[in-house]
Order: sequence, then C-alpha cells, then structure tokens
Amino acid sequence: MEGIVFGQYVPGNSLLHRLDPRTKIIVSAILLWLVFVVETPAEFAGYGLFILLLYVIGGVAGSFLKVMKPGLFLIVITLVLNMTFTPGKVLFNIGPVSVSQTGLENGLILGVKIVYLILLSSLVTLVTSPVRMTDGLEQLMKPLQRVGLPASELAMMINIALRFIPTFWEETDKIIKAQKSRGADFESWRLQKRAKYMTALLVPLFVSSFRKADELALAMESRGYVVGMKRTSLHKLEFRAVDFVVLAGLAVVTGSFVFYKYF
Amino acid sequence: MCPIVSIRDVSFWYTREKEKDNEFQSAGNHVLSEINLDISRGEFIALVGPNGCGKSTLVRLINGLLLPSTGSVTVDGLDTGNKNNLPAVRRKVGMVFQNPDTQLFASVVEEDVAFGVENLCLPRAEIRQRVDWALEQVGMQDYRNYPPHRLSGGQKQKVAIAGVLAMRPDCIVLDEPTSMLDPGSKKEVLTAVRDLNSRHQITVIYVTHDMSETVMCNRIIAMVRGRTVFEGKPRDFFADQGALSATGLEAPPVQKLVNSLRERGIRLPADINSSKELVDFICR
Repeated sequence: MEGIVFGQYVPGNSLLHRLDPRTKIIVSAILLWLVFVVETPAEFAGYGLFILLLYVIGGVAGSFLKVMKPGLFLIVITLVLNMTFTPGKVLFNIGPVSVSQTGLENGLILGVKIVYLILLSSLVTLVTSPVRMTDGLEQLMKPLQRVGLPASELAMMINIALRFIPTFWEETDKIIKAQKSRGADFESWRLQKRAKYMTALLVPLFVSSFRKADELALAMESRGYVVGMKRTSLHKLEFRAVDFVVLAGLAVVTGSFVFYKYF
Repeated sequence: MCPIVSIRDVSFWYTREKEKDNEFQSAGNHVLSEINLDISRGEFIALVGPNGCGKSTLVRLINGLLLPSTGSVTVDGLDTGNKNNLPAVRRKVGMVFQNPDTQLFASVVEEDVAFGVENLCLPRAEIRQRVDWALEQVGMQDYRNYPPHRLSGGQKQKVAIAGVLAMRPDCIVLDEPTSMLDPGSKKEVLTAVRDLNSRHQITVIYVTHDMSETVMCNRIIAMVRGRTVFEGKPRDFFADQGALSATGLEAPPVQKLVNSLRERGIRLPADINSSKELVDFICR
C-alpha cells in the first residue's frame, strides 16, 4: 500500500531533493523540450550522459533502469513499426517483411527520445514528495487565478486525493473480504462471472466514498473552511541561492545550445 | 456569568427538497423539539441518549453546521442564524467527529493541525507556534511528521482534537469521539479531553454512549426522541431509575452497586465514582 501512496518518491537529502519544487518543475519542462531539439548521435550521447549524471546527483541512480520498465513495451513497438513501415533503401529482410535503413534510424531515434522523456519526468517524481509537488504546482498556477483558474482549490483536491488513497485501499480490501465471506468469487476465470462480482465491489465502494466525502466536507466546514477563501500556510516555499544558480545555469546552457543549433 | 452556549426553544426537522413548500407536512417529524439549554464557561457536559435521539443534530446546531428550524442558538452572544456570525462561531466552537479517518485530510499530521489555523489567515510564525502548542497539549508532538493513516485510532482522534485546539476555541464539541476506538485509545482520548477542560477551562460537550465516560462530568443531559429527559449531576442520573429506563441506559457497575447498597439501608457518601473509592470507604 505504501508504494502506491508515494508513487516513486525516494526520500533523500541530495541537491535535487532540496531544490524548490517550482525550480524542478520549470527545469524539467525545459529539459523535456530539449529532448526534441537534439539531433545528431553525439548530441544524443551527451544528453544521455547528462541525464545519468542527474540521476547520480539525485542519489537515485539505482532506479535508473527500474523506471524504464513500463516504457520498454512502447519503445519496442515504436522501433518495430518504424523499421517495417518506413519505405527506403532495404537493409535486410525478415521473411516477407523488409527493413529499411531510414526506418531503422527513425525508430532508434524515436525510441531513444521516448527513453529520455521517461527518464526525465520520472526523475522529478523520484526526488520530489507529492505534497511539495502540489505546493509547487499551486504556486506556479497562482498567476492564472486572475483568469479564473482555482489554483488553491485544485491543489487542495490533489492533496486530499493523495491522502485518501491508502484509506480507499483499506476500504476496498474490507469490502472484498466482506463480499467473499458472503460467497462472492473475485478470482473466477469466467469473465462474465467476474464482472458480475465486480459490481458487488464497486457499488459499496462508491457509496462509502461518497459518505466519506460528505463527512470530510463537514469536518472541513466546521474548521472554518470556505471554498475560495483566502488562507495562509504553515510551510513556505522559498527560492534559495541554489535555485537561482540552477535556473541561471540552465538558462545559460539552454541559450547557448539553442544559439549553436539554429544560428 | 453569561453562558457560552445558549439554546432557546429550539426545534429542528430535516426538510426534504420537494417538501420545502409544504412545511406543515414535515413539521411532524421533529428531530428536536423545544430544547432549552444553557451551558456555562468551563463546564464539562455529557450528552447521552439512544441512537437517533437527536444528540448529533443538537451538537451540529451549536456550531452552525445546521440551523434551527425554530428558536435560536447563541454562542457567546452570537446568533448562529446570522450568516456573518458563522466564521466567528466556528472559531469559538470546535468539533471532533466520530470517525477518525474522515476528519484528517492532510498527508502529514502537523499540516492537518494547521488547517484550521490557516483558515484564520494568521501569519506563519503564529501558525507554527499554535500547531506546536496544540500538539504538545495532546501529547502528539513526536508524531508531527507522520502520515495520519499510520496512526492508531486514538492517536488520530487526539490529532483531530489538536487541530481544533490550535484554533483556540472556547468550547469543544466531541460527537462520540471514542465509539470507534478500543478501550486503551478511549482512555487516552478521554484523559486528553479532561485535561483540556481542567487546565484551560475549555467548555466540553461530550456526546457518548459509554456511561463510564460520563462519571467525571459536571452535568449529564439525557435525550430521548428529540427531548431532554434529564439534566443534572451524574450521580443523580445514575440514581434516577425513571430517566435511566427512559433512555435505555445503564449506570456503570460501581454506581449500580452503590445504588443497591443504599437500597439495603447502607449509608454511603454521594460522590463515589470508582470502585477504588468505594473500597476505600468500606474498608475505612
């Protein structure tokens, strides 16, 4: 259960952990964009090393391969589709299927890009706790509040959702046990039967969630919460010197890279 | 002294949407009828009665979560019927509910305690100080960085109490706070509440089914079907067979013993609340 709650977050005290979540979100957005700018094999190799370096700095190098696992399937599919369906100079044949050189190159490049995207976005969730992340998102969305985006309400919702995931799992567990004791068979191999028993799980789960939400709203209201109110906060996100250095460094590197690329 | 909570001729019934135009029809199902109650500062009040007798409805009226259908509820001079008073009323009257799981909504204990104070728009240093103070009062300061779902039921309730306490209320309403807890946790919570009442003179309104928890209170209010049937000292309540049978409640074992000893003509002092006191008296 714990694993589900905190996503992939690995607690730690590295430089990346200590950065302000806003910095991390901005930096990752720019780095993700950069993935689409790199072109030559040398650039790709350099960028890959850079990502690896970030993992080492964050002290999460151990997760480097683990985070790629869910993306592996996607990469193989891209590679196969590109190899077989791109016309061009035929490199070799596998049975009736011919593999073109451009196809192979495209597939490889796209595959590597996907790997980089997964690695970069996972890195942020690896070194930022979900609570800090929503705090950061709230702050970043604050300016949009003027045009009617309910930033603090959204952050509150995300926080509550995260908090209630374990409670929700416990509830699911309880209902499954209760229904099993009444003879429900959740492990049946017959799909039809299984679907039938799923309703016996989902309906009570929905009802109890709504009831919980109701009680929760009551508790919040009785502690003086009103939707859309102005609130202060216990923790403050603070840009420290490190954050400015990282952002400035990123601006310089990205700027010079773009300059070298396009001019 | 002017009472902190004063309830005047309050009746209450739930109105269904489609019956809104036809108030007479629903007026037949009174949840509360003609309740009159004054609660003074610093009192420890136990509210007892069978399920569905209107206890929870009554306490929800006190901090304005529900509004009386007729009559008025005033908290420290503020009428809950006036919408502008509600924030002030909720600051004065804190509520702790039955289910410890659905009251804590932050992912870390101290953030949850801070929630109410954050709603008051206080400066950060003040929030910090109040949160630390409140956690200390209930003895949960070591758990400040725990996620709530890792705490025991009693600990969760104590955090909920701390969350209310941090708002510096004059009065705390606890709606069956221990009914989902094991005996050990029950004791923990009750001790914490009693402590707040005696040390900080916070008025406590304690809804419960467990008679042994009411022994130490100043006043018991017993309700049956939306009416108060008894109001007075616990020992008088436990001696009042009529009120006990009307509510379907039983006196705690010690009180029962004291009552039957009295019936046999043995003279006992009025303030025996535990078996130890009884033994001490008899062996004297």
